[in-house]
Amino acid sequence: MDASAEPLLTVRDLSVAFGQGAREVVAVDRVSFEIRRGETVALVGESGSGKSVTALSIMKLLPYPSARHPSGRIHFKGRELLALPEDEIRRVRGDDITIIFQEPMTSLNPLHTIEKQIGEILLLHRGLVGAEARARIVDLLGQVGIPDPESRLQSYPHQLSGGQRQRVMIAMALANEPDLLIADEPTTALDVTVQAQILELLKQLQARLGMAMLFITHDLGIVRKIADRVCVMKEGRIVEHGEVARVFQAPAHPYTRALLAAEPKPDPAPLAPDQPMVIETRDLKVWFPIRRGVLRKTVGHIKAVDGVSIAVRKGETLGIVGESGSGKTTLGLAILRLISSEGPIVFMGNSLAGLRFKEMRPFRRDMQIVFQDPYGSLSPRMSVSDVIEEGLWVHHPDMSEDERQARVVRALNDVGLDPETRFRYPHEFSGGQRQRIAVARAIVLAPSFIVLDEPTSALDMLFQSQMVDLLRDLQKRRNLTYLFISHDLRVVAALASRLVVMRHGKVVEEGPAAELFADPKTGYTRALFAAAFDLETAPEGVVSQ
Amino acid sequence: MDEVTTVRPPERLADKPQGAIPGAPPRGRRRFSLSPINQRRWQNFKANRRGYISLWLFSVLFVASLFAEFIANDRPFLIRLEGKLFFPAVVGYAETTFGGEFETAADYRDPYLRKLIAEKGGSIHWPPIRYSYDTHNLDLPTPAPSKPTWLLTEEECRPVVERKGLTGCADLEYNWFGTDDQGRDVLARLIYGFRISVLFGLILTLVSSVIGVAAGAVQGYFGGWVDLVFQRVIEIWTSIPSLYLLLIISSVLVPGFFVLLGILLLFSWVSLVGLVRAEFLRGRNFEYIQAARALGVSNATIMFRHLLPNAMVATMTMLPFVLSSSVMTLTALDFLGFGLPPGSPSLGELLAQGKANIQAPWLGLTGFFTLAIMLSLLIFIGEAARDAFDPRKTFR
Repeated sequence: MDASAEPLLTVRDLSVAFGQGAREVVAVDRVSFEIRRGETVALVGESGSGKSVTALSIMKLLPYPSARHPSGRIHFKGRELLALPEDEIRRVRGDDITIIFQEPMTSLNPLHTIEKQIGEILLLHRGLVGAEARARIVDLLGQVGIPDPESRLQSYPHQLSGGQRQRVMIAMALANEPDLLIADEPTTALDVTVQAQILELLKQLQARLGMAMLFITHDLGIVRKIADRVCVMKEGRIVEHGEVARVFQAPAHPYTRALLAAEPKPDPAPLAPDQPMVIETRDLKVWFPIRRGVLRKTVGHIKAVDGVSIAVRKGETLGIVGESGSGKTTLGLAILRLISSEGPIVFMGNSLAGLRFKEMRPFRRDMQIVFQDPYGSLSPRMSVSDVIEEGLWVHHPDMSEDERQARVVRALNDVGLDPETRFRYPHEFSGGQRQRIAVARAIVLAPSFIVLDEPTSALDMLFQSQMVDLLRDLQKRRNLTYLFISHDLRVVAALASRLVVMRHGKVVEEGPAAELFADPKTGYTRALFAAAFDLETAPEGVVSQ
Repeated sequence: MDEVTTVRPPERLADKPQGAIPGAPPRGRRRFSLSPINQRRWQNFKANRRGYISLWLFSVLFVASLFAEFIANDRPFLIRLEGKLFFPAVVGYAETTFGGEFETAADYRDPYLRKLIAEKGGSIHWPPIRYSYDTHNLDLPTPAPSKPTWLLTEEECRPVVERKGLTGCADLEYNWFGTDDQGRDVLARLIYGFRISVLFGLILTLVSSVIGVAAGAVQGYFGGWVDLVFQRVIEIWTSIPSLYLLLIISSVLVPGFFVLLGILLLFSWVSLVGLVRAEFLRGRNFEYIQAARALGVSNATIMFRHLLPNAMVATMTMLPFVLSSSVMTLTALDFLGFGLPPGSPSLGELLAQGKANIQAPWLGLTGFFTLAIMLSLLIFIGEAARDAFDPRKTFR
């Protein structure tokens, strides 16, 4: 890297403010950084720290005029981007600077073919049409590793997998060989195995095309893997920046140190072979019928969960891991009888299969669930106290107001929230706090078994490890049994005493967690672990593309 | 436990759920304060000046029309006679009460009765307009429909003025907006007609939204076969040409206020079903609904407590528009002569009279302006409500 060379992009004192007057919010506060040609700079920070807003203001994609730049300059290839008129900045977008977004599902138009969507960019910036454009599109699709690109030209986005859609997005971003690629959390929505592939691809392409990359992420593992330099953002400011190796070895700012220390500590609940069985399923099946024709005849089944047998003993944590679509969440919902299933489910010696909703009610006191999305799992129209005490109204209708409040306060204390805040509404809490509220709702009934459905996935790194500590602490104090569903193997490793690896609705491998992590037997499990812990790609054919 | 009692805010002690049904959620805890989101909506509503002013104007007009008996009536609201108080506007008295000869109901507009009371030293307190909607003005200077009194020339007034021993037109009892073809005061009929239209509209809107929301909720929440069958029934139902059916039914049944309400209800409840159904379909897969199910909360409670608030936004937005269309439907039926029974004050009937009496433009004009102003106010209120409920609006 030639330090004397003129940087490709220089951002100086950039600020972004939303709203006006008393309601003005400063999202980005005097941020400065630069990107040299061929270099990868990572912007790291938790959600709401202003990383995406910074990136979007480089391309002037913010909702002006409600967004403003009170200060700052963005210098790109000898031009001042903030001062460029709209029609000139449009020529920069998609040509000199391109962007890949987080969600490949919604960044492609579902009504147009792949060819049309990539072709549009070629037409806009280069005027390519017809056979020439088609040749270029096939070339691009080949470059991003889509097998048999010619046959894929007429595909619609829904016919591609998540990873392939993200590859198409990358192909679109590369169509005009940009100088700078902005990647806004490009792998967050993808499975770990696919994430490793996409990162690998981006690295290769960058080396081949010599472009610079601004990589936005909240995952420090990715930063270490892909970036040359890193800027750590917190509350709209860059608190630390420097070479990746230096920042990781000797972090200067306390926040960076906290981030680096935020890895969840592995300390799983011990195996308890003498304890009674809490929940057991044998050959559990959840099949969704596929119906066709006028008479809606069942022509086949989507086998979301296909013959899964699990057993959890009191005080243990059973971790269920797998990619999205492997049926792990469906399994959790089926065990709680929230969706219909086939096969015996035995909970503390009682058979649950075939019970009606009303007959299930007495058992619900003992089995609870915490969902993934802390924003979706709390009703926005109910105060925290109302949310938590709802279960008490169902299961202890005769409980006095004082007793009920006491239970709510105790639950909030247990999850580390101030009970005084219980009359506020969920939107006044952060994601991590909301997830604590969701845990409080589950434990207020004093259950013995809790299904944790990706309880940490939507949280920032710092909150993730706090949540893991909280769950472990609760488990010890209340002697809880967990079914922990996650695709995040680092979190699972921190909590699970036994492990079940699922794929396509079936169990691939299972066993005590320590043994499984040390010595995975199947190729798929090995690939999953490699992708999760080392961001390494697997040989072709082991995992899906 | 001590710690618990100290952290409890004082208002909760006063507001314990009373007689709560087992298993039912606590109700009315925050009865007197709006939730933050509703406060913001109210601020947004107020920020729309046109809608806010319309709401005030409409409320004032509607509340005033509720007291129509004390604004326009052929019976005084108070008579003081020999130390006793009489309230003719609310209580019916026989003529003999005031010293008359017959056991019939007193006619307070009759000069004979007024003289009787005056002779006994009693005083009569009249509302501002001394006509009710069904009072025939027997002293019309011109054949009915008669002009507004302030448009009459002295020439036209003379016969009545001379007969009653007055000095000029100005001394006549005023018909501010003229009379209709049966000599009834248009302004009095307008006030009563406005009241009956709005009341009819409100009741129809309320009942049909209760039915519509309930039907939509059941369809959306349970989905599957329930939804499929219900949707087909509604499709068939809405394809019936409702106006013609209304005409046929109202020619068979004797049309009264509640019969008409029932007939119109048959068709108006479907308007909200689609909206509410969509909200429930969307909402039933939210994680907090799943969480409530995992807690063992019953279906009815989930629908009321968790899902209905979501659907209410869409419903509230639609309500002013449903209200104005209800008013319009009643007016249309009245105009065609299939509405309220003959003699009732009604805006549609006023329009029909205006159409039949082109030479008396005050009939048509009064009807037109009343409807135009009333419907515009409702639409303005509806627009403001729609914008206030729009979450994206707050970012502007």
